[in-house]
Amino acid sequence: MIESALGIGTLSVLVWLPILGGLLLLALGRKEGAATGFRFDRLFALGISVLTFVLSLPLWTAFDPSTASMQFVERMPWIRSFNVEYYLGVDGFSMPLILLTTFLTPVVVLAGWEVIEKRSAQYFAAFLILEGLMIGVFAALDGLLFYVFWEAMLVPMFIIIGVWGGERRVYATVKFFLYTFLGSVFMLVALIYMYLQSGSYSILDFQALPLTLTEQILIFLAFLFAFAVKVPMWPVHTWLPDAHVEAPTGGSVILAAVLLKMGGYGFIRFSLPITPDASGELAWLMIALSLVAVVYIGFVALVQQDMKKLIAYSSIAHMGFVTLGFFLAWSILDRTGSPAGIAMGLSGGMFQMISHGFVSGALFLCVGVLYDRLHSRQIDAYGGVVNTMPKFAAFMVLFALANAGLPGTSGFVGEFLVILAAFKAGFWYAFLAATTLVLGAAYTLWLVKRVVFGAVASEGVAGLTDASRRELVVLALVAAGVLGLGLWPAPLADVMAASIDNLVSQITHSKLQAGL
Amino acid sequence: MNPMAEDLLTLLPEILLAGGLCLVLVLDMFLKDSQRDVTYLVSVLLLVAVAWALVGLPPVAADGDATRLAFGGSFVSDPLSRVLKLFATAAVATAFLYARPYLRVRGLHHGEFYVLGLFGLLGIFVLASAYSLLVSYLGLELLSLSLYAMVAFNRDSPVAAEAAMKYFVLGAIASGTLLYGMSLVYGVTGTLDIGELQATIGAGEANAMLLWVGLAFLVAGVAFKFGAVPFHMWVPDVYQGAPTAVTLYVGTAPKIGALALAIRILVEGLPAAGELWQLMLAALAVLSLVLGNVAAIAQTNVRRMLAYSTIAHVGFILLGFVAGTPGGIQAALFYTLVYVIMAAGSFGFLVLLGSRGEEVEELDDLRGLWQRSPWFALMMVLLMVSMIGVPPLAGFYAKWWVLSALLDSGFVGLALLALVASVIGAYYYLRVIRLMLFDNGGEATAAGVPLDVRLVMSINALLLVLIGLLPDRLLDLCARAAALI
Repeated sequence: MIESALGIGTLSVLVWLPILGGLLLLALGRKEGAATGFRFDRLFALGISVLTFVLSLPLWTAFDPSTASMQFVERMPWIRSFNVEYYLGVDGFSMPLILLTTFLTPVVVLAGWEVIEKRSAQYFAAFLILEGLMIGVFAALDGLLFYVFWEAMLVPMFIIIGVWGGERRVYATVKFFLYTFLGSVFMLVALIYMYLQSGSYSILDFQALPLTLTEQILIFLAFLFAFAVKVPMWPVHTWLPDAHVEAPTGGSVILAAVLLKMGGYGFIRFSLPITPDASGELAWLMIALSLVAVVYIGFVALVQQDMKKLIAYSSIAHMGFVTLGFFLAWSILDRTGSPAGIAMGLSGGMFQMISHGFVSGALFLCVGVLYDRLHSRQIDAYGGVVNTMPKFAAFMVLFALANAGLPGTSGFVGEFLVILAAFKAGFWYAFLAATTLVLGAAYTLWLVKRVVFGAVASEGVAGLTDASRRELVVLALVAAGVLGLGLWPAPLADVMAASIDNLVSQITHSKLQAGL
Repeated sequence: MNPMAEDLLTLLPEILLAGGLCLVLVLDMFLKDSQRDVTYLVSVLLLVAVAWALVGLPPVAADGDATRLAFGGSFVSDPLSRVLKLFATAAVATAFLYARPYLRVRGLHHGEFYVLGLFGLLGIFVLASAYSLLVSYLGLELLSLSLYAMVAFNRDSPVAAEAAMKYFVLGAIASGTLLYGMSLVYGVTGTLDIGELQATIGAGEANAMLLWVGLAFLVAGVAFKFGAVPFHMWVPDVYQGAPTAVTLYVGTAPKIGALALAIRILVEGLPAAGELWQLMLAALAVLSLVLGNVAAIAQTNVRRMLAYSTIAHVGFILLGFVAGTPGGIQAALFYTLVYVIMAAGSFGFLVLLGSRGEEVEELDDLRGLWQRSPWFALMMVLLMVSMIGVPPLAGFYAKWWVLSALLDSGFVGLALLALVASVIGAYYYLRVIRLMLFDNGGEATAAGVPLDVRLVMSINALLLVLIGLLPDRLLDLCARAAALI
């Protein structure tokens, strides 16, 4: 392996290769051959992102699914005076999310291939840098290092939405930045507090740190601010529809597919294991917020006129499912007296995250394809697209069905597991959660009906050309993910199993007793 | 060695600086206007020599004791003073490097700029090493008088004259306040020596009531030098009115002097009254954070906006003192040094854009800069991101350390308030990025700016990235420098 030859670990390569590639691309610029149509910037970006993906595959192949302990660990002192370490490693939760990131970045690069004309080198560079930072977030095992990656990500995303976004991009991007920044500073306070208690910034040390219930509740709330904004949970979701609508296609894809997952990942990595008792105390709140997101936001999605807004609200509803799956644990424990169903909720939430990464990303890509042709996101500007774009329509219908949770697609697995877990927790949880099957189907299929099917609605639609070869490749790649995960979920389940069991034991063992 | 020689050796950097600047002053008289570059060169060389004297010469006593008192205990040379002096020297040198083309294009390239700048530096040196209230005052006046003259440097500009006048009148009142506070403290304790002060008050023999009154005056004087609310009135006017190259000087090195003043008088001289001045500083810090960040949002002039941003940063620095622990003081020191680098960079950016003649006055002038000068727009993005406190840039670690110290001392409410204030503050820094990157139009450009200024600006901004990626060394330096107090 290249990395072992250089003495650098796989994870470091995955973090720094895209970042350095992005900086190099900033320095080199666009460089085009006018006659041949050759463009250096996009080829370079594609090369780096594909290389990163290839180099990330060993994470999967060499991963040991039998253990919950961290793998591919790299650890060295970074800031000695505060015992901060450069500490990377992955387990069954972070590894799939890293692969999701490395898989989707080339897709995003391809999606911007011809579309981005304005300052394209900087566009691709921003995505490469963002990729490295996102991998850093998932791989960091030191609290401060995690925070550094987590916050640093805001800057490229701010620039991506602000420079290449739609008409109200400035409003949307400032809102995005301030919302998420405000959420994260509370997390910083919690991290510092735990450092003062434990003398270390290691997340694993935080997980082992005994904390009183009051401390736990305050820390939980601080984390909740940061993660709830990112997920986003109702009622702090209002930045998302704006950001999604105004972002360029690639930005929307990354935002929906990866950035939102960081909130969910944060709950798994921080909230649940570090503050298990507070999580239990406040589970009712989390479940309530999640159900509001599932039901209320589902209705909100139903009335949207803008395709991107509709998918954005659908994202919020789907992410509500994720948090629901995570926080059902205590109700299950109370009702059945055994932790058996907890793992189901957790793995359902994880499945939902990965699946939503593919599906929402794919839907935004579809909207991007349409937008590039007619420059409208309004649903009523379309109608009968299938007549002029049959190949594209096939993909869009597939993704829509996946979004509605059709069995055989990835969307089904997560929703099914979470609803099963909800049944163990109580009938009404399951009843409300299951409304998503109806609502999700309603807003997605109605969207498809209005956009794809029917008679050709306008001259614009009549003049549409079907998806180009590049667009088909992009959509096919994501479709492979959607179907693969839906038809054969076992590999992902295997990878996560040990980590989930470990998390179940962490959340069912009270820290309060451990402290006595 | 006889005691006198030892004392003089302890003061070698100061003597070198004082002697050298007199030489510059005399030399400059014999130069024609076209030869001012010689003054510039000699001044920069002098700063290099002073830096070498600070780093290269070991403390006089070879017994390993890094702290040395001189002149009857009124002057101290310790690790803290050396770090402060070294950074002040670097800041002044940076200001000189930035300023030359800017001044020349405006016909302001006179030797007095360098001489006054060097005098101001000498004042900072004295402040950093003062171990008696009177010496502190001496250093402060030396610094302040140089600054008043520098603000009025463009004597044909009514705005600059007004700013200088305002600065001078308010500064004189602040000096008077400080002196009055010192006299009260002297009246209560019977000593001006900081070491003796510490002992006398620690023993609890002083009249508490009078001491408190004296302390209030001292804190007011310190707050004025920092520019903390409600003693901030001069800051926006001076920053806006002075030529930008002078603003760059005023906004950087003197902050190190103010920090030295606060550490020597409050932390070292009056630790026994710590609870009291911590309370006063907490009030000043909260006001500065809130007013600075909120008022900056409303500004349209770049330098005025940066002035209010300074006030907000000062609030953060004062919070380090409020924590009241050695960690808090170290954090305040680190914050000040990082702030000086950030301020030098952002004012340097304006100086750079103004080097062709047209001054960048309004924020709107920066519109679309990315299209005209992508590199420097990027550098300014780094500076602004660092000012917001987003990792991995140096500004983040400064905020993080101050917060750690505050939380360590149990000031959770203050920590949260500071954080919320900095989120509010993020808005106006983001606006600068927005104007440069997202908008079109505007005139400012870096085309045709001399190479040396370009180089300084780039190094200045990239330094923040370097400190951000490897903060260990500077954190450690600050921890060690302030460990002995």
